[in-house]
Formats: sequence, C-alpha cells, structure tokens
Amino acid sequence: MFYHALQIEEPRCIGCSRCMKICPTEAIRIFGGKASIQEHRCIDCGKCYEVCPAQAISIKDDDFEAFRRYPHSVALLPAVFMGQFPDDISVSKVYATLYELGFAHVMEVESAAMIYKEAKERYAREHPDIRPLISSFCPAIVRLIQIKYPSLAENVMPIKVPLDLSAMYAVEELMSRGIPREEIGLFYITPCAAKVSAVKAPVGEEKSIIDGVINMNSLFNRVYKRMKDNGKNHQYKPLTRQRLGADAILSTLTNGERRICTAKRSYAIDGIQNVMDFLDKMENEEVEGVEFLELRACDQSCAGALLSCDNRFLCGERMYARARKAAERERNGEMPRDREMEKYQEYLIEHSLVEEVQPRSMMVLDSDIGKALEKMEKIERLKVQLPQIDCGVCGAPTCEAFATDVVCDKAHLHQCVFYRIHLEQNGKMSLRDGGANMKSIWGEDRIEKEIEL
Amino acid sequence: MHQEYTVIEGDFVNAGKASSSVKKTLKQLNVNPQVVKRVVVALYEAEVNAIAHAYGGKVLVDIDPDKIRMVVADKGPGIPDIALAMQEGYSTARPEVRDMGFGAGMGLPNMQKNVDKMNVTSEVGVGTTVEMEVNFV
Repeated sequence: MFYHALQIEEPRCIGCSRCMKICPTEAIRIFGGKASIQEHRCIDCGKCYEVCPAQAISIKDDDFEAFRRYPHSVALLPAVFMGQFPDDISVSKVYATLYELGFAHVMEVESAAMIYKEAKERYAREHPDIRPLISSFCPAIVRLIQIKYPSLAENVMPIKVPLDLSAMYAVEELMSRGIPREEIGLFYITPCAAKVSAVKAPVGEEKSIIDGVINMNSLFNRVYKRMKDNGKNHQYKPLTRQRLGADAILSTLTNGERRICTAKRSYAIDGIQNVMDFLDKMENEEVEGVEFLELRACDQSCAGALLSCDNRFLCGERMYARARKAAERERNGEMPRDREMEKYQEYLIEHSLVEEVQPRSMMVLDSDIGKALEKMEKIERLKVQLPQIDCGVCGAPTCEAFATDVVCDKAHLHQCVFYRIHLEQNGKMSLRDGGANMKSIWGEDRIEKEIEL
Repeated sequence: MHQEYTVIEGDFVNAGKASSSVKKTLKQLNVNPQVVKRVVVALYEAEVNAIAHAYGGKVLVDIDPDKIRMVVADKGPGIPDIALAMQEGYSTARPEVRDMGFGAGMGLPNMQKNVDKMNVTSEVGVGTTVEMEVNFV
C-alpha cells in the first residue's frame, strides 16, 4: 500500500476528466462518472488539485485543534507562509497572532536551512562517486524519481530536510529545559500535499518525528480572521527572536539551494514537466558533468505550492523583499547569531541521514520478465489498432495507457468508443449494451440527458 | 520482441530517440536500473555515431527474457582500422561535429565498456555494423 495525501471527494466529483488528462504520471482513471487515483502511481504533485473545477480533490490533514492537546505545541512554519500576507502585515505580527491562537512555540522550518546545506555538502564530500547529487528537498520529486526514474534513485541525497531538522532541534531544545517528549506536539503547517505524505509515510524512515499536519490555507484563514477581529489598535506582542537569514528565506524558492551550493555545475529546475524532460535526458547520460540538481515539482517552487493562496509571483516577491531586509541587517551586523541552534548543529548533521531512497517503479508490467515481454508485445499490437487520438472517452488518459490497462486486465477493450461503434455497426454489440458500457465509465446521467437547441 | 528505428544522417536533433524508447521498454520489463543505464549509454553512442559519421542507418533491437541484442547498421564510409578506432581518444570527426560536443573519440570504447558482447564489422565505402549484447542478469 502506498500512501498519498491527495484524495477525491466522490460526491463533489463531476467526472470531467481534467485531472486525468493533466496527471504527469497517468495515475487517474474514470469509472462510474468519478475520477479515481491509482495509489502506486500518485506522487502527490497536485496537478489534479489545481485543475479541478469542482474542488473535489482535497489534501488529507489532521484536525486543526489537535495541537491544543499538547502543553508545548510547536507550529512549524514554512517560510512561504509569511509570503501569503500583504505587505503591511509584518512577520512579528504573524508570529504574535499564532501565539494568540494558542501555539506555545512558533518556529520557521527554514531555521535549519543552513544546517541542511551543510549536511548536503558533507554528503557530497563523502560520496565523490555519486554524481549528480539530487536534492531531497521536494518530496514529490523524490517520489517521482522512485516510480519513474528508478536508475536515479541512488542519486537522491538521503538527507533529512529542514522540516525534520528543525523539528528535531525543537524537541532537543525543549527537552533540555526539562519538558517531557509527550508534552511536545510538533505541527507542520503544510503548503502542499507531497509534504503531508513526507510526514505520514516518509521515504527512508520508519516514522516521522512530526505529530500532525495543518493545512496552510486553514491556518492562514484563522490568522487573518484573528487579525481582523483584533482591530487596528490591537497591541501585538513584540517578537524577540527572528533570525532567519536571507539565504534561509530564499532556500525554498527556485534557485534557493543552487545559489548557495558549492557544486561546480548545477541546475535548478521547477515545474514537474520541466523536471521530467530533464531527467529523461539525465537518465540517458546525455547531460554530463552535472554535480547537483535542485528539482522542484511546482512552478516557482514553494511560492507556487498548492496551498499557497496568493499568486506565486506575488508571494515570491514578498519573500525576496523579506530576504533583502534580512541581508541588510546581516550586512550591518544587526542579525544576532542563532547560538542556541548552533549548539545543536553537529548533533543535527550527525542525525541527518536516512536510508537510501529505493526505486519502486510504477512502470513494471510483470515481475516475471517473460510475462512482461508477452504483455508488452500485446500492448504494441493493440496500440496501433486504437485510434491514437487520446480522446479519453475510455476513461484512461491516452490510447497507450488504455492499451496497457486492457492487457493488464484493468479495462475492457469495448470501453474504446471507436471499437464499440465498430462492434455495434457489425451487429456484435447491441445499442443497449453499448449505452450501458458508456454509463459504466461516465455515470448514469450523461447519456440520459435530452439535448435541445 | 523486435523493434526497429531509422537514423538519419546529420539529424543530431533526434539523436537518442531509439535509446529513449528502448529505455522505456526495459523499465516496463523490470530490468535492473543499472543494466538499463548501460544499454542506453551504449545505444545512444551508437546512434550518435551513425548520425555523425555515416549517412544514416538502422537500429534493430531484439529483447529476450534474459538479454537484449542491438544492431546498429549504417551506410557510411566504413572504418579502415577497427582496432585503432577502438582506442580511447581516436577520432576522425570533422571540426564542426566536434564543436557540437560530439566526436571526442570515446564512442566505440565507451560502448564496449557498457555491453557484455560487442562485434564491429566494417567495409570501407559500404558501411559499418555494430552488434551489441547486454545480459539482464
């Protein structure tokens, strides 16, 4: 069983098939007028979520109130959360509001961005034979490589991301103050579906350290509402500890890792299709001498994340504005060093390794190569007989995907509308059966309708 | 399973089409990713050779449950001294081909390195045929 965080809310699904057509791993099929996700193919990139016109795709998360069960709840924020707020709302105001909402501690996960960078650099030094090294930062990319580019799985650095490192830091720091672990609740404010999967079913680890995930949109709504309710004259508690440097703030944006890495030749690529185009070339070894790859599933990286509620460019520029301010403070020597965090740097780096990323190819037709060959020959024969227009009426995204489904007994050939009309015209299928067949794919209502001009 | 591809002289834009397609097939067959890599690297080299040095040719691929056999046959100038051509760094590529990043004289040796069996036959003025085999286990 493979965990994925995107789910289809069936009652809302109108079976429009937009999601099926856009899914980069061809993980979606239509049955009975509803979309369904094949879990072994889903990488939680969220392309389906973006195109759904009925808001029928949701991201699994935990009950928002769950954090209140812990006396020492920690809100672990992605830097992109701050990028959601209009310019007149300061970072300290957001922090203060989070405390007002009941969080005992607030921490931006990018506090550990520089530790993550150092852990990667060390891994690169200790593994000079593995090139290119691929960043572990984007969990949708890690899963994409596992299922579609198995030969590159060993190139993914098996290193904990800033989220886990900052969570480990929070636990160590609070426990050093005598607080028992069971009183500490770590809640990640997630900007996307893939990060939910990374928490619920981490790659290379038994279990994540994080206790719960909160949807970034729902937290944004609560924070924003609280600020409105507070009114203009409300006194916000001043923030004493804000030490996120410019490099850390920018690390989740495109080029954020690449611009500070020491690798000679590296690429920063965002957008799942761009990443796939590049990895296709990479896998053929057509691109040589590459040392490091920063790959992100979303256009504009986390600023364009699914749950980033504002426009990706507006959000990105706000993060740049914050980084510019931080850089100025750094230049003027006004940014205090994070000595508390530094104390744990070595500990965190030593504990940053996870197990190697294992391939789990979605493409395998059969575990027996002889049988797989037979199936493939059937698929090849079938493919050329299908109309090759990828109309999707069969309930699969392409003729090729449909041919594969048929050969693997996941679909019937007469689901192809062209083949069915052929059968009907030659008296091999009744119109009634043809209609029933259509309904089994697209639901009862669609062909019961009278259409009038 | 048999597959055929045509390679056109000078068409660097489409170099790698055959190897990409073979790669996809082998992934679906659950062939070890490292073996797939070797096949793809060798076939890509051979494809580029046919494009760069010859007047195009054909790629014939046969996949069995235990191995893949690839034949790249070109119509071209042929190789007068195969042993010499198998040496690393030996190249007859024209400067304009080298400018495109091809023709470093690593082609044949690199193919040899990645396959389990390789046989090159050539006739000057007629063409060259490279046969390669990679075992899956």
